[in-house]
Amino acid sequence: MKTDPAGVLTGTHYFDGDWACGEGAMAAGCRFVAGYPITPSTEVVERISGRFPTMGGTFIQMEDELGSMAAVVGAAWTGTKCMTVTSGPGFSLMMENIGLGAMMETPCVVVNVQRGGPSTGLPTMTGQADIMQARWGSHGDYELISLSPQSPQEAFDLVIEAFNLSELYRVPVMFMMDECVGHMTEKVIIPPAEEIEIVQRKLSDKSPEEYLPYDFEGKEIPEIIRAGDGYRFHTTGLTHDKRGYPVMSAECQEFNVRHLVDKIRQNADDIVRYDEEQIDGADVVVIAYGITARVTRMAIDMAREKGVKVGFMRLIVVWPFPEKRIRELAGNVKGFVVPEINYGQVVLEVERCAAGKSTTVGVPHGGGGVHDPEVILEAIMGAAQ
Amino acid sequence: MMAVHLPYEHKYLRHKKKFPHVWCPGCGIGILMGSIIRAIIDLDWKKDDVVVSSGIGCTSRMPVYLDFNTLHTTHGRALAFSTGVKLANPTLKVITVMGDGDALAIGGNHIIHTARRNMDMTAIVVNNNNYGMTGGQFSPTTPEGARTSTTPYGMMEPNFDVCDLMSGAGATFVARGTVYHVMELDRIFKRAMEKKGFSVVEVLSPCPTSFGRANNQADPVDMMESLRDDTVTVKQATKMKQQDLEGKILRGIFRDVDVPEYLDRYEELCQRARERLEMNQ
Ligand code: SF4
Repeated sequence: MKTDPAGVLTGTHYFDGDWACGEGAMAAGCRFVAGYPITPSTEVVERISGRFPTMGGTFIQMEDELGSMAAVVGAAWTGTKCMTVTSGPGFSLMMENIGLGAMMETPCVVVNVQRGGPSTGLPTMTGQADIMQARWGSHGDYELISLSPQSPQEAFDLVIEAFNLSELYRVPVMFMMDECVGHMTEKVIIPPAEEIEIVQRKLSDKSPEEYLPYDFEGKEIPEIIRAGDGYRFHTTGLTHDKRGYPVMSAECQEFNVRHLVDKIRQNADDIVRYDEEQIDGADVVVIAYGITARVTRMAIDMAREKGVKVGFMRLIVVWPFPEKRIRELAGNVKGFVVPEINYGQVVLEVERCAAGKSTTVGVPHGGGGVHDPEVILEAIMGAAQ
Repeated sequence: MMAVHLPYEHKYLRHKKKFPHVWCPGCGIGILMGSIIRAIIDLDWKKDDVVVSSGIGCTSRMPVYLDFNTLHTTHGRALAFSTGVKLANPTLKVITVMGDGDALAIGGNHIIHTARRNMDMTAIVVNNNNYGMTGGQFSPTTPEGARTSTTPYGMMEPNFDVCDLMSGAGATFVARGTVYHVMELDRIFKRAMEKKGFSVVEVLSPCPTSFGRANNQADPVDMMESLRDDTVTVKQATKMKQQDLEGKILRGIFRDVDVPEYLDRYEELCQRARERLEMNQ
């Protein structure tokens, strides 16, 4: 369906990634945001706190990130599209209630404008080292979805996608920006509302007597309801049955956890998203995401000038991982090169899927800046040998 | 005097679905659950409009038994969830039930800021002086000298007075009741729930299994009798001599003030923002 025009600032703007992300959320129909100030993400909520009061949205600055994520999960159960925004240290605190959001199957979006870590790290400088935390940072087994934008325009476009995926799969979606994209200012085109496709929350039309909050077959997504509509549901972080009531048994745990995992893994083909260029006949395929994808392009151009056949795969959805595609390419290319601003996270997944059929070379970077294209070039040249 | 509601109370329970409950024989939590239901009946709130949320612990198992919209969340965070619920849909009546450890230790930051904000919700802090569910460790309300499984030589730290803490943090309605004084508790809950603003009720409730056994009060009847003998109402206290008040715990309403409520303030803010937007257009 088309979105509510109230949140759409149609026009051509000159925005940084943080503002673009805030505008994208509002365009997606987000009307509840809870957050706690943290560099380099704060501009997202500053933007929203100024705009929400005129469009029926609510922003609250909570006492900490534990509370922000909790408020978001609570608000989501009233049928509202919700989001919170943070950076590394806050993301760590949110993990507790991200796990609850996963367990309760709550649609919401968590924005992490990544900075250098661990701990307080580099508050004002970039990093991509939270990407594995986005996948499994909370305790226990579950699967979520993570997206990574490469520009302010994509921060706008993809956060809408993040909301749509959260509604379709009833999961918290991790929107993994990086400080560079968050603070980079570029042209952002916001289309008219009637051109923005959004997924409206599909509330169950079953009667309260028939309705069960966790009723599904296989990879199906259970139907959701909201507080106040007469369903008088129960939802819990405890292992629960179809009714949402706690059941402490290994059988129920299997039913519960397997579903949390399967609903993403079994639907991965529909969720996975990447851009590819010049993959056919390539000797080397470079895989990158976020700001690193932009730096990588320069290295690829340099390698092509030297006559190396280089393909490029840019991950837009990082989790679930495009496992199938990498397995197809493995054996057909000599090597994969994976630059990322961390000491080797996504590269491990590439290596696993390559399964020894192609070499996999990581190009690590500790954070605080982006790669020197020459360093990526060197890795490409090495992999092409 | 309040009428007896037994048959009605059952209509507010998920008794066909979820019983028997997890609580020990002699536990006070079931008694105050009855009080919550009677207060809701007296206020004539529709079941569909009521949200009960909780954190983790014996008290926090309560929502699953209640036939409302119920959210069983994470340890200490229940008030933050409730804040999200109320703010996103102010027409809902939101009640948060927590134990003393849940509300005041791990949830201490949330409860003081919730009190400061003054959103129209009710928090019920069930004080049984320890962490019952995990085997009776000390909590921020364990009295000095008391034995618990992690204070085998007696509690060394001072404890919180929940009502003083909440009054200081700005809650607009603060009261204390016990599960021995049930009719009084019914009335306190009703006043708290109808209060426009953030209201907090501390309920003293026996935990014979964990706290009682460790402190020579394994018999639930003894614990109930202590609630009778060791507490006095605020009104009674005004007529008592200082030395007779020694060691007594006060019951009743300690604070009931009218302060602008959060959601009303937010609505005013939205109004100002809309006016400014129109002016600029
Ligand atoms: S452990 Fe204590 S508080 Fe918990 S159910 Fe038993 S008696 Fe009640």
